Amino acid sequence: MLLKGGRVVDPVNVRDGVFDILIEDARIARVDRDLPPIGSGPDAKTLEIPGGFVVCPGFIDMHVHLREPGQEHKETVATGTAAAVAGGFTAVACMPNTVPVNDNAGVTEYILKKAADANLARVYPIGAVSRGQAGEQLADIAELRRAGCVAITDDGRPVPTALLMRRALEYAGMFGMPVIEHCEDPSLKGDGVAHEGFHAATLGLRGIPGEAESIMAMRDIALAALTGGRVHIAHMSARQSLDAVRAGKARGVRVTCEVTPHHCVLTDEMLAAPIPYDTNVKMNPPLRDAADRDAMLQGIADGSVDAIATDHAPHHYDEKRVEFDQAPFGITGLETAVPLCLDRLVHAGVIGMTRLVELLSVNPARILQVPGGSLAEGAPADVTILAPDLAVTVAAARMRSKSRNTPFDGWTLEGGVAATIVGGRVVYVNDDVKI
Amino acid sequence: MKKDLLSIADLSSDEIRLVLDTAEAMREIGERPIKKVPTLRGKTVVNLFFEPSTRTRTSFEIAEKRLSADTLNVAVASSSVLKGETLADTALNIEAMAPDMIVLRHGSSGAGHLLSRLCRSRIINAGDGMHEHPTQALLDAFTIREHKQRIDGLKVVIVGDLLHSRVLRSNVQLLTRLGANVRVCGPATMVPPGIERLGVTVSTSVDEAVADADVIMLLRIQQERMQGAFFPSLREYFHVFGMTAERVRRAKPDVIIMHPGPMNRGVEIASDVADGPYSVILEQVANGVAVRMAVLYLLAGGQEGD
Repeated sequence: MLLKGGRVVDPVNVRDGVFDILIEDARIARVDRDLPPIGSGPDAKTLEIPGGFVVCPGFIDMHVHLREPGQEHKETVATGTAAAVAGGFTAVACMPNTVPVNDNAGVTEYILKKAADANLARVYPIGAVSRGQAGEQLADIAELRRAGCVAITDDGRPVPTALLMRRALEYAGMFGMPVIEHCEDPSLKGDGVAHEGFHAATLGLRGIPGEAESIMAMRDIALAALTGGRVHIAHMSARQSLDAVRAGKARGVRVTCEVTPHHCVLTDEMLAAPIPYDTNVKMNPPLRDAADRDAMLQGIADGSVDAIATDHAPHHYDEKRVEFDQAPFGITGLETAVPLCLDRLVHAGVIGMTRLVELLSVNPARILQVPGGSLAEGAPADVTILAPDLAVTVAAARMRSKSRNTPFDGWTLEGGVAATIVGGRVVYVNDDVKI
Repeated sequence: MKKDLLSIADLSSDEIRLVLDTAEAMREIGERPIKKVPTLRGKTVVNLFFEPSTRTRTSFEIAEKRLSADTLNVAVASSSVLKGETLADTALNIEAMAPDMIVLRHGSSGAGHLLSRLCRSRIINAGDGMHEHPTQALLDAFTIREHKQRIDGLKVVIVGDLLHSRVLRSNVQLLTRLGANVRVCGPATMVPPGIERLGVTVSTSVDEAVADADVIMLLRIQQERMQGAFFPSLREYFHVFGMTAERVRRAKPDVIIMHPGPMNRGVEIASDVADGPYSVILEQVANGVAVRMAVLYLLAGGQEGD
């Protein structure tokens, strides 16, 4: 297959310009200017990429919930990966808080089997830190590694004690795996449901201060320093946590972090308007205030933030159609991330296209140590093609995800996904673009 | 008037005055030998209470009956919720029987907003979680106006558990809107963050706060809050924040003492203050019926329009 034309943005290989890409045997065969046309035949497909479109290494969402096994009414591996490729992601890393928990090879293998059946995005399971995510005894981490897990986390629950986190960092470090932490001090979070601030106070919602996150981030960074292990701060939302990450990086601690698109775009004002108590703005960590949001944007711009990940958290509509404090935390993200990032980060002038590709592709691949993040010759042909100027209207009802819990329904954004290629196979083409 | 009364924010200042003025007329009905008018004849009002309540539920029910509405009390703790039904399903089932109004008391903030999105019936919020209790604030304003002939310029101090109080949130909005100077006072552990943005001053010294007050309003301390370590003991709370006769003397000589009930004597209020000459606590209860009649009348019988 030949990708003809288009602006290739490939930071690892220091490319930003118009190139053609030849794909053979599911791998990148050549990248050069004005490659010759390929002959005819079943595999001799040529994609003419319109000028202005961006061709980049496939995006990797390192934080999604695919809900299978156990909560297939919310999402399955098949629907989640369909959403992924429609959102421009060639790979996703899925969190272990399934039912049962992905704390053993059986569950990991089941997820990988479902992913192979779906044959859309690549799926990298993430195993549990502790058995049953109960925060007591380490899971069989070597077994998880052998079965295909690329990292460990008790996401949804923080690792409760410093001792267990220390052991996890030491033990996972033997296999070069990062420990991904959902940072949240349980006592400070309490039964909080929204960011502690003016809006939660006036709406009578119990608050969660930013310090609930940053205190545990500081603990984990200190433990990463102690053990030499790698810690990755999931869905960072509070400016105090960003300060802790910066300080850790400055003294050489192996800490990385991710931010979600919604924490870059929304604030806790959404609790009150346009829809008061909309459960589609309830997520954990909560939408924080404008100072936190601006800090996240600053961290994204200056390189302190390593990755953008969606924390795609599908929930069935009737689970969200309840009182705000009764609703589950989380929103979908796979099919809104790219338009939000193009509109609110790139077009808004926060970052350039190269940095976007680092955040969505290069760095997730590096942190998880998985293939991808590069269009080097010989690399797997995972490619995301963007239409940066396409007007996109978010329509929850048309999403591939099984769930519709997004606060962005009806939003019009500038920039979208044109096509997604996994292993040299076109797995998604946007009907709204000519390609 | 808007379709629903979920928050004081749903009322314009003129509408607040209209409710208070209408309540004056409604009170007169309660003084007649036959305390009933046909205003809401043929209207069905469902009192949907998910939390135990004596005062508010009784007050609404009497108000509805005096207006000749057909009323129905649904205490949900004893029915559907135990069978695992969601609030949405309970509401949709009641809605299917086409009531005109639903008076909702619920433990979750914003429960009325959820009903409002699902139901055509008008929703009156009779207390939602820690959010609001708008008819309480209206009856409080009615009581204050009756004693002071105005609200504008009055010094009102509200003392107690600010964090969890829906009465506070409705009163702060209503009283500041009508021009009162509102001071709020409570333990630092129970001050909602950012509350000063609502136009109130915050104090943790009750002696300072009550100085020259025209109105002292006390908020209930819920005993279970001690589990959250918001303060060390009820005894200590009374020492630091309890409204004693000595503290009342720091206020204006014609101060009135208010409490939305139910009272914890010897915790937020000393008995001699609760039963003393400045107390208007039982008047608040009496006025509650008239104010709720006004709200029901204006919402149901008043002009449509949003």
